[in-house]
Amino acid sequence: MPVTVSVPTILRTHTGGEKSVEAKGATVAEVIDDLEARHPGIAGRLVKDGKLHRFVNIYVDDEDVRFAGGLDAKVGENSTVTILPAVAGGSR
Amino acid sequence: MCAASGSPRTLVDVLVIRRDLVDEIVAHARRDHPDEACGVVAGPESADRPERFVPMLNAARSPTFYEFDSGDLLRLYRDMDSRDEVPVVIYHSHTATEAYPSRTDVSYASEPDAHYVLVSTRESDSDEFRSFRIVDGVVTEEDVQVVESYMFAHTGADDLPDHDS
Repeated sequence: MPVTVSVPTILRTHTGGEKSVEAKGATVAEVIDDLEARHPGIAGRLVKDGKLHRFVNIYVDDEDVRFAGGLDAKVGENSTVTILPAVAGGSR
Repeated sequence: MCAASGSPRTLVDVLVIRRDLVDEIVAHARRDHPDEACGVVAGPESADRPERFVPMLNAARSPTFYEFDSGDLLRLYRDMDSRDEVPVVIYHSHTATEAYPSRTDVSYASEPDAHYVLVSTRESDSDEFRSFRIVDGVVTEEDVQVVESYMFAHTGADDLPDHDS
């Protein structure tokens, strides 16, 4: 069963403008691998050196995966995966 | 005359924003000083018209850094999605430096269609309120046009009744 992945504006260049795409996987890492197979280039925007990029938040349903095992976080069959760019910055 | 002169790009190189929203943003920045304040002004998709003021909590509670809490961020985007809104303005304050995007601001900026508004509260008696586009790491300052109402601003013409000119 594919899960639904919600894609932010800045990554829609990889998905042909689609806001929402499907991918398969039982963990966040597997979902990202499958996304990469379908939408080449997207994984590099999400993962750096084997870890979630610090500029990006990924949620499985309502949970930020940083607090749920990171890339190993489980993705259920009816889950929604939401990708959102962090909104942050600062004067330094 | 603003019709048909210049490229579409030129036409959006200005932030047109209602005065009450500017006042809200500045008041938020003053209230949270010396920490950085942050938030968005949401508006209808594709209209480039900031309408709904949404102050956010700076989860970093820092004078030199701001960050939306990740749970707040998710709720904000879901809320905007359900209203067919986008973050037209993403604002934050600098409390000891000028209202210009820092390297950190640029590295995080991920909404190519948003106006990034910077407010500086370094002077207690004057406000700096500036707006920028940040696309692919390139910062472009734009003019800020403060209006009393969008009805009289020559943008978002889709909502305006036609009149002879």
